[in-house]
Amino acid sequence: MEGDSLLAKFRFYGEGLKDVNLDSLSGRLIVLEGPDSVGRSTQMCLLREWLESLGHAVSDTGLTRSELTQEGLDQAKSGHTLGRKTMSLFYATDFADRLENQIIPALRAGYYVLSDRYFYSICARDIVRGADPQWLEGVYGFALVPDMVLYLKTDVEDLVPRALYGKGFNYWESGMDLAAGEDFFDSFCVYQSRVIKELNLMSERYGFVNINASNEPSVIFNDLKEAIKPILTNGVVDY
Amino acid sequence: MNRVFMPGIQRCNLYNNQQSLQNNKSGSLIVVEGIDVSGKSTQIHLLHRWLLSEGYGVFFSEWNSSPLVKGTTKLGKKRKVLTPTTFSLIHATDFADRTEHQITPALKAGATVLADRYAYTAFARDMARGVPRNWVRNLYSFAVKPDIAFYFRVPLEVSLDRILTGRAALKYYEAGMDIGLSDDIRECFKLFQQRIMAEYDSMVDEYGLTVIDGTKSIEEQQAEVRRIVKERLSLGDGVLSGRR
Repeated sequence: MEGDSLLAKFRFYGEGLKDVNLDSLSGRLIVLEGPDSVGRSTQMCLLREWLESLGHAVSDTGLTRSELTQEGLDQAKSGHTLGRKTMSLFYATDFADRLENQIIPALRAGYYVLSDRYFYSICARDIVRGADPQWLEGVYGFALVPDMVLYLKTDVEDLVPRALYGKGFNYWESGMDLAAGEDFFDSFCVYQSRVIKELNLMSERYGFVNINASNEPSVIFNDLKEAIKPILTNGVVDY
Repeated sequence: MNRVFMPGIQRCNLYNNQQSLQNNKSGSLIVVEGIDVSGKSTQIHLLHRWLLSEGYGVFFSEWNSSPLVKGTTKLGKKRKVLTPTTFSLIHATDFADRTEHQITPALKAGATVLADRYAYTAFARDMARGVPRNWVRNLYSFAVKPDIAFYFRVPLEVSLDRILTGRAALKYYEAGMDIGLSDDIRECFKLFQQRIMAEYDSMVDEYGLTVIDGTKSIEEQQAEVRRIVKERLSLGDGVLSGRR
């Protein structure tokens, strides 16, 4: 297992968290990124099953699931009184809580952590709302660099039917607070194309692995598995 | 007047409209800082009464008071799940909410805004908890630069004496128990306050804090505060901004 210790070297984007001993993190951090309604949760389930079948312990985590901020954030978002800086920082708090209280302990315990999005999505949404990318990069300097970021890449034409026949258009996912369009549909198209544009820029900047998300779910799943294989440690069974 | 808080990163404004917000400001911002029981809240209260009696439009904003964020902070403190990073971020969220909903609009409307604790509190406490200096300063780079920032300085022994004899129970985060400087809460509080004070002292020159000797009588301190406010905020015709 000599190769493992080499692969396991984590680092932070910025100055990081001083109490975390990076050498003690023996797990893997794999992030699934992509816009709203692109089908991330389906793939998360499939990946989890697959990794477990290989004998790896899996921990999954998603945006706004932190115990600390869940209630406060839900409340704030339902009232539409959330200012933009406040929103940026509330989400950063949530992300930090999940990183420190869920992701890092799981990595320490040798888990494969599958993260349904990471700070990239939060930043993309903030930037679309006018935040300074440089400021955000500073704020998220405490974040761990994942082993791999898989980016489900698509365009807004492809998202529309998925959103419509899925959960429908919601206020925040349609960027209604930006008053970008006449109605939910127009606004959704304008807002999501801007978010996608930002994610595409980040894909280059942070070296995401792009996966074509316009394909059938089974094809996407195969592409994801192929992408992950090189960073897998020895499982109980061969893949 | 340059309204950007962080001299070093002026171009790194948080929001595109920040510059215009800063330039549109017509009111004045006065903040008070200092360690616990330094007497700053008494002083700002007396300043508030005076400004009102003089006929100014005054708006008061207190640290850690945003209704939107309060529940989360309370929960985190109660369950003791806040790390130095999340402690810092949740207070910055609170500050952002108050900046967006209270401080900036009030300043634009021409009021005199008084703040009990400001970004300097975060700088002092967070750095005492070992959070990287540049990180926390970047976090607060959207803050409006105060016209006057009073720092009520009391020797550590005075503060310790006041708080350790005056109140029964020290709180967990207030005493810095989360970073474990000592298992004994009183000892921990002392060590933690010492660090915070060192941070405040180092900010006096950097941010041009106006130091008030907190060991003087309440009346003496208030007289000095009023004199400085009058002097610094007076315009050509000797009128404070925000006068109704």
